Amino acid sequence: MVRGVGALLLGLACVAVPAQERSLPAGALRSGSTYLSPELRAMQEDGFANPGMLWVEKGAKLWGVRAGADGRSCADCHGDARASMRGVAARYPAFDRAANRLLDLEGRINQCRAERQRAAPFAFESEELLGLTAHVASQSRGLPLKVAVDGPAAPHFARGRMLFERRIGQMNLACLHCHEWNAGRRLLAETISQGHPNAYPIYRLEWQSAGSLQRRLRACYSGVRAELPAYNSADLLDLSLFLAWRAEGLAIETPGVRR
Amino acid sequence: MPLLPLRALAQAEPEVAAMKAFVGNRPVRAGRLVLDIPRIADNGNVVPVRIALPGPFAPGAEVRSIHLFSEKNPVPQMAVFHFPAPVAKVEVESRVRLAGTQRIAAVATLADGTLHAATADVVVTISACIDGS
Amino acid sequence: MADARVQVPAQVRRGESFEVKILIRHAMETGYRLTDEGKPIARNVIRELTCRYNGVLVFRAEPSSGIAANPLFTFFVTAGDSGELVFEWVDDAGARASERASVTVAP
Repeated sequence: MVRGVGALLLGLACVAVPAQERSLPAGALRSGSTYLSPELRAMQEDGFANPGMLWVEKGAKLWGVRAGADGRSCADCHGDARASMRGVAARYPAFDRAANRLLDLEGRINQCRAERQRAAPFAFESEELLGLTAHVASQSRGLPLKVAVDGPAAPHFARGRMLFERRIGQMNLACLHCHEWNAGRRLLAETISQGHPNAYPIYRLEWQSAGSLQRRLRACYSGVRAELPAYNSADLLDLSLFLAWRAEGLAIETPGVRR
Repeated sequence: MPLLPLRALAQAEPEVAAMKAFVGNRPVRAGRLVLDIPRIADNGNVVPVRIALPGPFAPGAEVRSIHLFSEKNPVPQMAVFHFPAPVAKVEVESRVRLAGTQRIAAVATLADGTLHAATADVVVTISACIDGS
Repeated sequence: MADARVQVPAQVRRGESFEVKILIRHAMETGYRLTDEGKPIARNVIRELTCRYNGVLVFRAEPSSGIAANPLFTFFVTAGDSGELVFEWVDDAGARASERASVTVAP
């Protein structure tokens, strides 16, 4: 009997929420922008001269452009993005029940394109997809990240955490070795950040362009000399969900500027 | 102070060859032209720079152009800014690429031929991680 | 769609110097980079940018590959009459683009 109750409780616990132990408490979270030099922080905060604004502006124009077999624009359904998209990016990645899969913001935009506009999806890292994503995400500037990791998202979350903690590549490093155990410490001329996803798409000086979180994650895989996961692969999406949960409460800064 | 051989001392003082070529044997004034650039650049791909020459300028002595030179870039003349119409406030900002730690130089040419120059040394750091994304 | 952002003050006073900013989307390809397949990418930078104020040339820049991708230029112009600033630029590939901004001068 006692054993039966124990098993039942254990079963409920598994269904309710995954193990959500936080190694970075809310008070210890630091956005990547706090590690920037004063010059770069000023560049990010300059609403005109932040180069990422070129993509935000491109996305704002695309928002009103009709496309696809149905000849509809984003605005035809969603109206003014300043109102309808406020807070949306803070909830992504999110499990989409209709598609029965996890979607990041880029995936959601492409899904909308395919199903609502009946248009060809944008390529990853295309100016159009980065632009629309930056436009949508920038409507949530200042709002705290808060993603759902329960229900159908739970297995993705658990897998994302496993990926964050798993050693990979010739360097045999996991995400957490740099971005938790050594965050704030120096690696050559750089300060290692906590690795938060709250400013994407970012304008990265290294790239001389805007880029997505998936591109940045691939860059990390490259940095530890691991095989690069494909764009939109389960690995990158699950990891993105875990990162968003780990950064819960951090304000969105899109478009961020990073080294 | 440690003693250094003369050759080492000479190397310690970088020269911006493109600026010397541009100036030739004309006299150059220092101290008035302002060249603002971070002493340590996060990444050589994007380094903010500001150049200003405080006025006022007498009629016939307005600023006509500002040349911006690099010591080590493959193309040493990074940019030229021209002011075809007289302007009271001479100040330009841009973002440059720097191929490594080096000295940069700016030269302002006035309508009467006067040259004002300024130099600045920038340490350019490189990324600690390979990015093959 | 000209990919550029221009900023001028909403209103300026006659005779005063006002700040003009332009941010242009352009790769400013140096000519020193290679594709993933190892082929050189041809140099293509903005070779000239001009700004005319009510038809009069007030600023001209000659950038090189030493100017960063997605270049920013800021400079000052002396306010005369209300009117228009017209920016035009051309790159090594011969592509031309322009952008404009209106200026209101307080009497």
